[in-house]
Amino acid sequence: MRQPTSRREFLKKAAAGASAALLPMPAIAQGAPGRVVVVGGGFAGATCARFIRRIDPRIDVTLVEASPTFTACPFSNNVIAGMRELRAQQFGYDKLANDRVTLAMSSASAVDAQARAVTLANNSRLPYDRLVLAPGIDIRWDALPGYTEAASERMPHAWRAGEQTLLLRRQLEAMEDGGTVVISAPANPFRCPPGPYERASLIAYYLKTKKPKSKLIVLDAKDAFSKQRLFQDAWKQLYPGLLEWVSLSTGGKVTSVDVPNMTLVTDFGRHKANVANVIPPQKAGRIAEAAGATDRTGWCPVDPVSFESKQQPNIHVIGDAAIMGAMPKSAFSANAQAKVCAAAVAKLIGGGKPDEPRLINTCYSLVAPDYGISVAGVYRPADGQLKDVEGAGGVSPADAPGAARVAEANFANGWFKTITEEVFG
Amino acid sequence: MTRTCMLTAAVLVLASIGPASAAGPADAPPGAASCSGCHPAARVADTSMSRLIGGDPATIVTAMQGFKSGQLPGTVMGRIAKGFSDDEIKAIAAWYGAQKD
Repeated sequence: MRQPTSRREFLKKAAAGASAALLPMPAIAQGAPGRVVVVGGGFAGATCARFIRRIDPRIDVTLVEASPTFTACPFSNNVIAGMRELRAQQFGYDKLANDRVTLAMSSASAVDAQARAVTLANNSRLPYDRLVLAPGIDIRWDALPGYTEAASERMPHAWRAGEQTLLLRRQLEAMEDGGTVVISAPANPFRCPPGPYERASLIAYYLKTKKPKSKLIVLDAKDAFSKQRLFQDAWKQLYPGLLEWVSLSTGGKVTSVDVPNMTLVTDFGRHKANVANVIPPQKAGRIAEAAGATDRTGWCPVDPVSFESKQQPNIHVIGDAAIMGAMPKSAFSANAQAKVCAAAVAKLIGGGKPDEPRLINTCYSLVAPDYGISVAGVYRPADGQLKDVEGAGGVSPADAPGAARVAEANFANGWFKTITEEVFG
Repeated sequence: MTRTCMLTAAVLVLASIGPASAAGPADAPPGAASCSGCHPAARVADTSMSRLIGGDPATIVTAMQGFKSGQLPGTVMGRIAKGFSDDEIKAIAAWYGAQKD
């Protein structure tokens, strides 16, 4: 028997008719739907793509990413030190379909900023109203004499996680007890400012527990580094006589590498290594340069409210590739910037003006598996860049009890689970 | 009557296809979007970190004020809470309180 039409069904039918009849009106009243292309599926790009869709489902979003698997850098130092497997760092993109993000499994080869279109390596062309570039970093293969892409097979950088991470781990595992490991840390700016020192700590932990006659030297192109006092206090306590840090002013800057002799060269001498980890100078990922969004530094200046390029209208840059003022190049920063950028892009497409943002960064480092330290900051736009909110932020207290270091190590683990769940889950 | 229904229905449709409405991701107050880097949105994430989504705004405000003044011991939260005014904290707490799973 046919039921009389309920009020709910009536409303549904009426709605269908009304929306069809009124179609041109909302387009004018609420801003026409737009097309956004996001290049790069890391912490910045994948977050941004999803959040644009959640903020305004009328906007079409295509994420361009060549690799079917993302390999996360945070916690990859644990993989190098043999405390974690690489698969714990790896994430796929299938859940992005829940937000109806379109995936283009290819790499972006060119950007036509005038015509507003991205050309992919597979020759397809994606037109956009707004483009978000989140390409991360590229290694500057021209910046350190002797350090070529081929050299990185002998002296891994392991600064983009994946095969390089495993290569460095295998070299450490193959090294005999009593060997010398040398890490070269670059001048600022670079991805993950505390990263080289966390890596040094965890490699020192590996050596102390597995190869205690060995030695680790960090050659640094700087005189100061992130969370320095906390790291150095912990090194004194945990790895005395094992880990030596050589600052810029005491001859730490590596000026060239001699790969056949496994030697790192400074102005003050030559350091022969059994295992050499060269963390080289970096720049924004290649597509940012191709889009005309990089400046002389190799990084991308952006507006601190919308993260729109200061050089290319309608192109936004987020994450490690962008110059974000006081905000460091971290996964937490990239994810936070991505959400702000998503809101700004949606606003701009709708004809509105982005709200002034406030951003937070938190970076944990492990000095040992159960010994965590952190730096946090709060940022706001001022004088054309992101600046620290005064009175906020800072590092873990130098005199914190051991329980606080354990708690921060646990928080570090929790952070990784939560952020990767938000980005890829 | 029919006209009223039609208009109501049209508004409903526009609301459902438009930008996420009041208290949705489009209306997150300054700073709120950063919190979910550590504070999980879903119950599945295996972490001791508190969930903010659907939380009681007054409880969130009390915690943030405690972190800010130093009365509530913590690790990073004291350093973060100091970056927000009382009104900003209230806005963030109200917004998280209004979020649903």
